[in-house]
Amino acid sequence: MSSETDSPLLVTPLNALHRELGAKMVPFAGYDMPVQYPLGVLKEHLHTREQAGLFDVSHMGQVILRGDGVVDALEKLVPGELKALKEGRIRYSFFTNDQGGILDDLMIANRGDHLFLVVNAACKVADIAHLTAGLPGIEVEYLGDDRGLLALQGPVAATVLARFLPEVATMPFMSMVNASLKGIPVTIARSGYTGEDGYEIGIDADRTEDVARLLLAEPEVTAIGLGARDSLRLEAGLCLYGHDIDTTTTPVEAGLTWAISKRRREEGGYPGDAIVRRQLAEGAARYRIGVQPEGRAPAREHTEIQDANGQTVGEITSGGFGPSANAPVAMGYVTAGNAAVGTPLSLIVRGKALPAKVASLPFVPQRYYRG
Amino acid sequence: MTIRFTEDHEWISVDGDVATVGITTFAQSQLGDVVFVEVPEAGRALTKGKDAAVVESVKAASEVFAPVDGTVVEGNQAVVDDPSLVNSDPQGAGWFFKMTLANPAQLDGLMDQAAYDAFVEGQH
Repeated sequence: MSSETDSPLLVTPLNALHRELGAKMVPFAGYDMPVQYPLGVLKEHLHTREQAGLFDVSHMGQVILRGDGVVDALEKLVPGELKALKEGRIRYSFFTNDQGGILDDLMIANRGDHLFLVVNAACKVADIAHLTAGLPGIEVEYLGDDRGLLALQGPVAATVLARFLPEVATMPFMSMVNASLKGIPVTIARSGYTGEDGYEIGIDADRTEDVARLLLAEPEVTAIGLGARDSLRLEAGLCLYGHDIDTTTTPVEAGLTWAISKRRREEGGYPGDAIVRRQLAEGAARYRIGVQPEGRAPAREHTEIQDANGQTVGEITSGGFGPSANAPVAMGYVTAGNAAVGTPLSLIVRGKALPAKVASLPFVPQRYYRG
Repeated sequence: MTIRFTEDHEWISVDGDVATVGITTFAQSQLGDVVFVEVPEAGRALTKGKDAAVVESVKAASEVFAPVDGTVVEGNQAVVDDPSLVNSDPQGAGWFFKMTLANPAQLDGLMDQAAYDAFVEGQH
């Protein structure tokens, strides 16, 4: 959570709608955002897993990169395989620093004549400066608060959106198109942050509320706040920047090497490549793991993790209660020798050592569209 | 039966020598869905304003403080088994623990219903 107190909060295009829907608003990354609606975090979470939830993610940064050699240029900042990224396809990647740490994680789409990026709200100012400095000769266009972003997530998201746009039903996972939704120009990506099938819809700010109201009028769709967004992504085993990954964690430690292609592993050419390559070859000293507490008590962020002998071996980075798992769920980092699934651990909660085990991620099966 | 309230949104209902303690309707509404409760064991000595129990929502953990000094008579196993009772009946079946009062005069420093209602109104 951000803690800037003096600067006035920014608002998304849905601010008035959130208030109309009775949202509890909180400051997040400098924005006035809905943490929950009257339904509450638990039911919002379960509704998204059972039907479809609509999330306002307009606080995230949407950036367009244009210019000759833009793909080669961006590969100097991220370890993602961009040269093989086909037009209309999206890839998850991250900006690394010279130590192989992660400056931010992001989505990169090849839109033919440009690259389209979505970055985290809390990092977007730094990301834009990083892009501008790191991509000489490339035009960096931050769409700013002129552009809204909605996420429609859940097992019936495709059914709902196909009522307006039949072609989206068979869009591949991690693809992106332009479309016209009731005459409103939108971008539609089949992606999300819940582990469910779903879409992320980009809209001009002045039409974002219109699209939100159209979708909320569908009987399966309800508005979902940041609280359930967090519990959904945690159950899905997805990292939250600033918590599970940051400038001190490498992609190898974070278990994100699936996002680095064979070519990029061999060729490098991004900040910190030597450190990442060494960790790929020799292993890292610590790894991100799933943690399953054996009791009912949640283990929150910064909870100390001990091994069976009472030695400190790591720390929880995200933890809470998983409504679909119907149990506490957590992620954290432990020393390499304790990272195997099933390894017994102790979590120090309010001075007591609670038994837990290393769990495989995700805690609930991911249900992305696979055609 | 006397009911009093703290600024931390605990209620204490005194019946003879024993008082029942829980969190208020307002407190549960602020917390949201309660998913975990830890109550003190019988015999534990409590100190006014110090940790007595734990209540956790999906998002956050909170402490429940002892409204007065005393000794735990009973923790409510029902809310441990079904934490949602704290949301559905916070000032009834969702009680946390029963305690004896070491110093009943401490009740005089707590708010009555009217004062608590005004206090909550001021929190908005």
